[in-house]
Amino acid sequence: MADVIYPKLIAAKLRSQMVYRASFAVDFVSQVMAQSYELIVILVLFSQINALGGFTKNEVLLMYAFAGAAFGVADLFAGQLDNLPTYIRTGTFDVLLMRPLGTLPQIMVSDIRLRRVGRITGALAVMAYALSHVAIDWTPAKIVLTILTPMAGAVIYSAVWVVACSICFWIVEGREFANAVTYGSNAFTSYPINVYSAPLRWVMAFIVPGAFVAYYPSLALLGKEDPLGLPGWVGWTSPLVAALAATVAGLVWRFAVRHYRGTGS
Amino acid sequence: MLAGMTTNVVFGLLRLAIISAAVTAANGEIADYDIAATNTYVWIGQGLLGFVLLWGNNELAERVRSGDVVVDLYRPWHLQGALLAQDVGRGGFAFMTRLAPPMVFGMLLFPFQFPDNPVRWPLFLLSAVIALVISFGVRFLVEISAFWLLDNRGVYGFWNVTSGLLCGLTVPISFFPEWARDTLWMTPFPALLQAPIDVFLGHGSTAKLLLYQLFWAAVVLATGHLALQRAVRKVVVQGG
Repeated sequence: MADVIYPKLIAAKLRSQMVYRASFAVDFVSQVMAQSYELIVILVLFSQINALGGFTKNEVLLMYAFAGAAFGVADLFAGQLDNLPTYIRTGTFDVLLMRPLGTLPQIMVSDIRLRRVGRITGALAVMAYALSHVAIDWTPAKIVLTILTPMAGAVIYSAVWVVACSICFWIVEGREFANAVTYGSNAFTSYPINVYSAPLRWVMAFIVPGAFVAYYPSLALLGKEDPLGLPGWVGWTSPLVAALAATVAGLVWRFAVRHYRGTGS
Repeated sequence: MLAGMTTNVVFGLLRLAIISAAVTAANGEIADYDIAATNTYVWIGQGLLGFVLLWGNNELAERVRSGDVVVDLYRPWHLQGALLAQDVGRGGFAFMTRLAPPMVFGMLLFPFQFPDNPVRWPLFLLSAVIALVISFGVRFLVEISAFWLLDNRGVYGFWNVTSGLLCGLTVPISFFPEWARDTLWMTPFPALLQAPIDVFLGHGSTAKLLLYQLFWAAVVLATGHLALQRAVRKVVVQGG
């Protein structure tokens, strides 16, 4: 049954947003601008320097673009989890529990905002620019890696989103905390991770597996050595990390939902 | 509040790491920013963000949309003045809860550039208060645009997205190419964050910075006052 319902729900959401075309256009443009924010920061920094952490402007732009595209896709599907505190506080989460569908997919399709495609579009444009301006020895495997990287990254970010928002089952106003992890890891992964101090890197690159969104796949594509000393094949493991992250996120979500208590009516 | 502080610190650490890496790559200094100045810049910025309240809650605009603003308008007060007084009061509390903690955090854990002259402390405070007034003025303009637009979420979103760059929160204004830097200093935006930070660090002429801030405080408040006067003529009270 679920296979039929979800496409219908998503299609209904998308249609409803195309009704107000002008409003959609403004929203879309503002999303492209939101994505350009970090791009401008990178360009401003590189007007003063030639390399950041040993990487050139176009190499950093590649990491930024991978991170941006992955985050855009994750935001499209998992961004709705930011509403979780409202569902919990007002008791509407009870409604989701009563339906014969999974709670997590229900939330994910509840509010798909097409304007978020603006973010993805901006990132893809920069990706096209960066890929054509860095030196890559193209092989069929690297083409597959280029396509898989944003997808694996999207799964990793979504998993992070799920885990971070699960905290709202215990701390109802935990959204801001969750945002530090989700939006924080987007900012984090847009840069080479060797610029960060060790404690920050351990938390944001390996516990939250942000390093596998853009940094390690970019190293593999560019054929560069990791300044931090990990072997070259690490860059090819992002899909595995994504699968692992998704599994962990699923388990955390189940555990969290079991601790849900309705607020009464 | 703890969650807010965590977010603040996380983003502070990220910005600090990236700008410090850039400063290191440029042999230790970019436009008067060495590592200590960068650290000071980042943590004052993270503190001022909450003190001047760069991103408001768009509450007044919501009241315009819903019509509740009529209640605000028929009270025997000057709406803009009353809201400014509220915001200054909020600032007093935010000084303790939002401005001081990140600054102390930066002072304790990282190399910090303390002012060369103790008189900079009160001057910084003065500059921060003017910044708060300008921030209020800009937010007020964004919010009362709802009198004309009814739905000002586009303007509000635009401000939220761009203000961090325009005010010098994410990268110091002096890192920008010259044309961008000169253009930005002709707008009120650097007065919200970069100016108080410059007063603290002793970048540029302090007297000039304060005059620049006072000028824009007067301009945004006067514009807000005139805009409100015009807006009120458009208000139609329906029902009774």
